[in-house]
Amino acid sequence: MISGYLITILITIVIFAILAHSLNIITGHAGQISLGHAAFFGIGAYTSALLYTEAGLPFWLSVPLAALVAGLIGALLGVPCLRVRDDFLAITTMGINFVVEAIFLYIPFFGGAMGIGGINLPKWFGREMTKPEYFFLILIVFILLLLLDRRLGRSWIGLAWASIREDDQAAEAMSVDVVRFKVLAFILGSAIAGLAGGFYAHFLTFIMPQNFGFGQSIVILSMVVFGGIGTRWGPIVGAIILGVLPEVSRPIMEYRTLVYGVLLLGMMRFQPGGLLGSGSMMTTAFRRFVYKPSRLE
Amino acid sequence: MLWQQLANGIAIGSVYALISLGLTMVYGILRILHVAHAGIYAMGAYVGWLSFRLIGEFWVSLLIGMAGAAIAGYLVERFLYTPLLHLPRIAPLIVSIGLFIAMEEAFRIVAGPHTLAYNARVGLGDLSIGSFHLTETQILILLVTLVILIFLWTLLTKTRTGLAMRACAQDAETTSSFGVNVSAIIAVNFLLGSAMAGAAGVLIGVYDNQVWPTMGSIPAYKALAIVVLGGLGNIPGTVLASIVVGLAETFFIGVLAIPFPRDAVAFIAMILVLMFKPYGLLGKA
Repeated sequence: MISGYLITILITIVIFAILAHSLNIITGHAGQISLGHAAFFGIGAYTSALLYTEAGLPFWLSVPLAALVAGLIGALLGVPCLRVRDDFLAITTMGINFVVEAIFLYIPFFGGAMGIGGINLPKWFGREMTKPEYFFLILIVFILLLLLDRRLGRSWIGLAWASIREDDQAAEAMSVDVVRFKVLAFILGSAIAGLAGGFYAHFLTFIMPQNFGFGQSIVILSMVVFGGIGTRWGPIVGAIILGVLPEVSRPIMEYRTLVYGVLLLGMMRFQPGGLLGSGSMMTTAFRRFVYKPSRLE
Repeated sequence: MLWQQLANGIAIGSVYALISLGLTMVYGILRILHVAHAGIYAMGAYVGWLSFRLIGEFWVSLLIGMAGAAIAGYLVERFLYTPLLHLPRIAPLIVSIGLFIAMEEAFRIVAGPHTLAYNARVGLGDLSIGSFHLTETQILILLVTLVILIFLWTLLTKTRTGLAMRACAQDAETTSSFGVNVSAIIAVNFLLGSAMAGAAGVLIGVYDNQVWPTMGSIPAYKALAIVVLGGLGNIPGTVLASIVVGLAETFFIGVLAIPFPRDAVAFIAMILVLMFKPYGLLGKA
């Protein structure tokens, strides 16, 4: 039997892997930077928490609705920002994060600084799920999301994203509707972050505004950058390593933010592709010693 | 009451202008969102505070704070941004964010998490005309900002260096083909912008009578919002936007007494302006 402590870490890692994966759709696939991903995580968490505790909706409805609401708000914000200039999204999302946290904190409807409690794990077969069952539920959802991502990556949507990421002016010249695909990536990423928020709220059973601040956005971004922006497995590796690291080493817990800062800086400065990016130390070593691809990529 | 709020708003707006100008100058020339600029601002405050504790003379500590910030800004440009210019623009932005949070943590670890008092007496005295009242630190802020703005304006419009700076902001490659040392001009931009941020840090340190590790957190995104409001890279627009935001904050919170976090005002103003004027208050398409 898996211990309670271990299962808690496992569930947290899967939730952060979903988050890192959703940010990777925006930043890695479409090349747009979002600095306030925790805001959409928070919007999802608060939506599902309020729907569950106030409206009495079950988990199976409140969490999909949380994803929907986060996606809608993403659309509302993404359209004006992405229409103008690529830098505006970074600035706006950073600001959104502070505003969303302030709204949760100042408006009594959202529970203020005390947050919202009384959220439970989902029910099935007439009883509450156990934590290991919940772990497998969100793991399955995550795998489905990855399959969807693979499917999207091979479709024309994935091709359009790749063209925008590499050179959006050239993509525009090839009559790719740049704004539409940027907005699509942003909505999809925000909605999945909202989904992760719903999972998080039902797992923690108690949420507070501080869980969704700018610092949390940086944690998510660090995971993506550390693993490798735009790679499929990089963000997952990042979420696992950065999720486990503070648990195994207390001194790191103390200087956690410093570690994240130095990691972002050092990684981008010396290994801009991340751990699993093309041309990174790990990939090069892997190619040289373990596996030589027959064709050039 | 109205005049009082006006004066308070302009004083706060002046500090915003000092922070945002460096940011907009860096964006104008390198197209980098320099988030770590707010770290440089806090750095200036800490260096100023330390030299004030050691020397005890405010004006000297202001100059040392500006110099410390300028050196820090220059090092960031040389060792972090310039080597990354060939990468997609997301790379320097992520480096900048990493640097910013690492700096905040470094301040917390080195100087402690608590606030440090920066109670410098300048010797200007308060100014009271009837019910209108300017504190010594408000006069100080207005005075220093005015001197710096006049210096910057003279530099940009009257000197050859200023001409080269404006030319680089328009098109660095073409400017380089005219024999201008672009790398030196970039360095001048960072030195000047960071010195102004350092001055803002010292001024806020004295105004609030405290210096603390996360003092850059709010300016980090507020200055970005102001720079967007002014039209990214537009210097007069940035000054105007800073004053507008300073006034809007003071009036919304002080006069109308809306229970809303004052630090969200800049951001909401930014969104509203972007809806109607996507290139900022004075920006051109």
